[in-house]
Amino acid sequence: MDKSQGRIAREDAAPTAEIATASGHRGLQMEEKLIFEQGEPGRTGVDLPDLPKVADRLNGLKRQRAIGLPGLSEPQVVRHFTRLSQKNYAIDSGLYPLGSCTMKHNPRLNEKMARLPGLADIHPLQPVSTVQGALELMDQLAHWLKTLTGMPAVALTPGAGAHGEFCGMIAIRAALDAKGQQARKRVLVPESAHGTNPATAAACGFTVDAIPADDRGRVDVAAFKAKLGPDVAAIMLTNPNTCGLFEPDIVEIARALHEAGGYFYCDGANFNAIAGRVRPADLGIDAMHINLHKTFSTPHGGGGPGSGPVVFSEALAPYVPLPYVVHDKGGFRLVETKEGKVEPFGRLKAFHGQMGMFVRALTYMLSHGADGIRQASEDAVLNANYLLARLRDVMTPAFDGPCMHECLFDDAFLKDSGVSTLDFAKALIDEGFHPMTMYFPLVVHGALLIEPTESETKASLDEFVTSLRSLASRARQGEAAAFHAAPRLTPRRRLDETRAARQPVLRWKPTSTTRQAAE
Amino acid sequence: MRYLPHTEHDRRSMLAAIGAASVDDLYRDVPVAARLEDHVDLPAHQGELAVERTIAALAAKNRPAGSMASFLGAGAYRHHVPASVDHLIQRGEFLTSYTPYQPEVTQGTLQMLFEFQTQVALISGMDVANASMYDGATAAAEAVMMANRITKRTKSILSGGLHPHYREVIETYGRWSGFSAKAAMPDAAGVEDLAGQIDADTSCVVVQNPSVFGHVRDHAALAAAAQKAGALLIVVVTEAVSLGLLKPPGEMGADIFVGEGQSIGNALNFGGPYVGLFATRDKYVRQMPGRLTGETVDADGRRGWVLTLSTREQHIRREKATSNICTNSGLCALAFCIHLSLLGEDGFTRLAEINHAHAVQLAEKLGGVKGISVVNDSFFNEFALTLPEPASPLVERLVGKGVLAGVPAARLWPDKPDLANHLIVAATETNTEADMDLFARALAEVL
Repeated sequence: MDKSQGRIAREDAAPTAEIATASGHRGLQMEEKLIFEQGEPGRTGVDLPDLPKVADRLNGLKRQRAIGLPGLSEPQVVRHFTRLSQKNYAIDSGLYPLGSCTMKHNPRLNEKMARLPGLADIHPLQPVSTVQGALELMDQLAHWLKTLTGMPAVALTPGAGAHGEFCGMIAIRAALDAKGQQARKRVLVPESAHGTNPATAAACGFTVDAIPADDRGRVDVAAFKAKLGPDVAAIMLTNPNTCGLFEPDIVEIARALHEAGGYFYCDGANFNAIAGRVRPADLGIDAMHINLHKTFSTPHGGGGPGSGPVVFSEALAPYVPLPYVVHDKGGFRLVETKEGKVEPFGRLKAFHGQMGMFVRALTYMLSHGADGIRQASEDAVLNANYLLARLRDVMTPAFDGPCMHECLFDDAFLKDSGVSTLDFAKALIDEGFHPMTMYFPLVVHGALLIEPTESETKASLDEFVTSLRSLASRARQGEAAAFHAAPRLTPRRRLDETRAARQPVLRWKPTSTTRQAAE
Repeated sequence: MRYLPHTEHDRRSMLAAIGAASVDDLYRDVPVAARLEDHVDLPAHQGELAVERTIAALAAKNRPAGSMASFLGAGAYRHHVPASVDHLIQRGEFLTSYTPYQPEVTQGTLQMLFEFQTQVALISGMDVANASMYDGATAAAEAVMMANRITKRTKSILSGGLHPHYREVIETYGRWSGFSAKAAMPDAAGVEDLAGQIDADTSCVVVQNPSVFGHVRDHAALAAAAQKAGALLIVVVTEAVSLGLLKPPGEMGADIFVGEGQSIGNALNFGGPYVGLFATRDKYVRQMPGRLTGETVDADGRRGWVLTLSTREQHIRREKATSNICTNSGLCALAFCIHLSLLGEDGFTRLAEINHAHAVQLAEKLGGVKGISVVNDSFFNEFALTLPEPASPLVERLVGKGVLAGVPAARLWPDKPDLANHLIVAATETNTEADMDLFARALAEVL
């Protein structure tokens, strides 16, 4: 530290933000140019085999102009991406309480298994006799998903959660059409739903009818029942919901919906709160996608890839996408066209699904087992409730009672402080934490949605609580200006999002100097 | 349980702080009838060693493409991925980060995506690219829906050279989202002319280059014909390496380019996860699906990146969004970005040249086998053969000789018996001359 008799200078007076360096770097925080600003013509990071001399068969369509890619050596590329990585917050670096996104630990065994040549180096169109293990692995994953949810069928191919929603809602449309109920076009979606739910319903040709939440953060059952009618196709309900609460009336909702002729789509983004403790089949659900990266720890990789298998009830089981795996006398095989009583509704994706994610998810499942999956759900719920209990006197819980795997606060505790939810979240960055989810769900004013997951120790949660309590106290003490200036200790401070949208610069373009250098 | 840090003591003290007698109290909102008292009927947890044995045993039941002479393509290609790619994408700061909603703590992912968008725009010859889609096929379906929004029409025309999985995905989206997709007959000869089918209701024409049969064609005239009728041309590329050598879609007049980026940086993975590429003209950017990264400045005026134009997207626009996509293929895009950074202009061009040269060599060797003829006049690294007998059983027999001989057309068009004798074969930089000789010899032996 400094020489001020061992005292640490007050943070808002600390000069760190003003320290100038000749290089622009600041210790471990490296300024890093774009690859396009570092390249030299003629340089490369690969040594390729010899080029055989042949007469080309390109039909006169050989590219005539330079592409404009920069030339970099391997050490430059390794350093570049290493430096970029160091500008990221990640679950490996600390608690990542992004509610509804479930940033839990990603076991490295999953990565190792996904890279076994017998799984990574197989082509999707190899003869099925050469990929029996891959199909068996998909079959096993399907078995785990069906057993954990109690549902009789599963579609593995959707590429992510929203793609799973699309799959499930198409199946519902197909089932309705098969019954001659083309007129059922209205889908009920709670106001608290993820944006993907209404977007998916609309993409499947449904109209979206919002149902309000009650003052307990749950579906207003009376309002829901009032909306039932002969044109209702389905409800899309997240459970546990996006307020982090279990819908206690869910069985009654399912009963009334089924009686009215609708299907129950459940957004399974929050399955990680109940896996091993509650089976969606026992709640009356007809279709539910499972985000493998949320419940089963496949890495989110800065925005994907995801994988969104959908489990189906008996009623929807015939309406599945192609292809799917079956096991019969000849071994495992892929069904890629209509076969038997199944009424496939079409293909959702090239090939057979996100195999690399299947391997990781099954590895997680085998590692945890039935006992560990249940324990993980319980610990996730325990951790969220612990945070709720430790914060309820300084922040304002949006609703009463225990929560599930995430706890939700509104911004009442910031009232008249001049600090917004956004400011509060940005100040948390300087404390060394990733912000919680902000302003979602929409039903709560200035929402702060915190999901610690089961991966955190009590000590880590206590450290987080200390930071949040300190920030809440500073907000109340009139330190709004410091919040507005946050974050200050990051590679970049607050970024001008308005400018980015008003004057979009979506790619690098060569300046006249760099163009000349390339030519 | 190695992933769960709490001791029983921790759990008890946390429950005490909460004021709950047991964790069951926290689940009190679950209807009694739906509470599982026991574990579900699945095995108990296992250590790394045991899990590794189980998964490795499954892997051992497969025959990796690399263990044989492999000539499989048709939308997924076996290329060499430099060691540093897989090393870098496993850095925890990339691997275990979420979508970059908080730009101050995700500049790494955002800058990478900006570079990725630039790379995709450059190789495709388009103005602007997004931050990726699930795969090439879903990107193609999204492109058709984007064309429908732009033209306010609902009829698309799909080339017979389009990969059947792409066609089927577009048809699925069309059937359930309410647009029509008229698919031409499979164009094994590479001679179709779709210009005559375009009318005042046509939203877009979707072609693939090289086609699924491998033909390389200039679609500039088709682009002009489409645009004259107020329609858009969508050019699909399933083999991204071809863009290192071929006239890019942008120079052919494409309005939207979609591609499968697996070939660059990503393993075969039995079909996924892959990375959908999506690019268009500047004037259409606000109709694009998916995430976009844009340049801006921070509070101190320093350059930085953010996700932008999100008013197109589901989390803001909900049922009026341009697409329901949320998660995309960030980590596969990173692998693509790193591999293409390593290749650079010279490496990418050279890689494409080697792929083409190997395919030319392979075509010569296989064309010399009695009874075999090469269908294509033109190709990049993939072409079609006609065999004197159905391709599927032949391919099974060739496995016994250590050759993954290609993709039988019957696998992609099970309902088209006239294609039963067609085989689609690909060569990449990973195929040696010995592999090719083995293939030709084995083929001669089994025929």
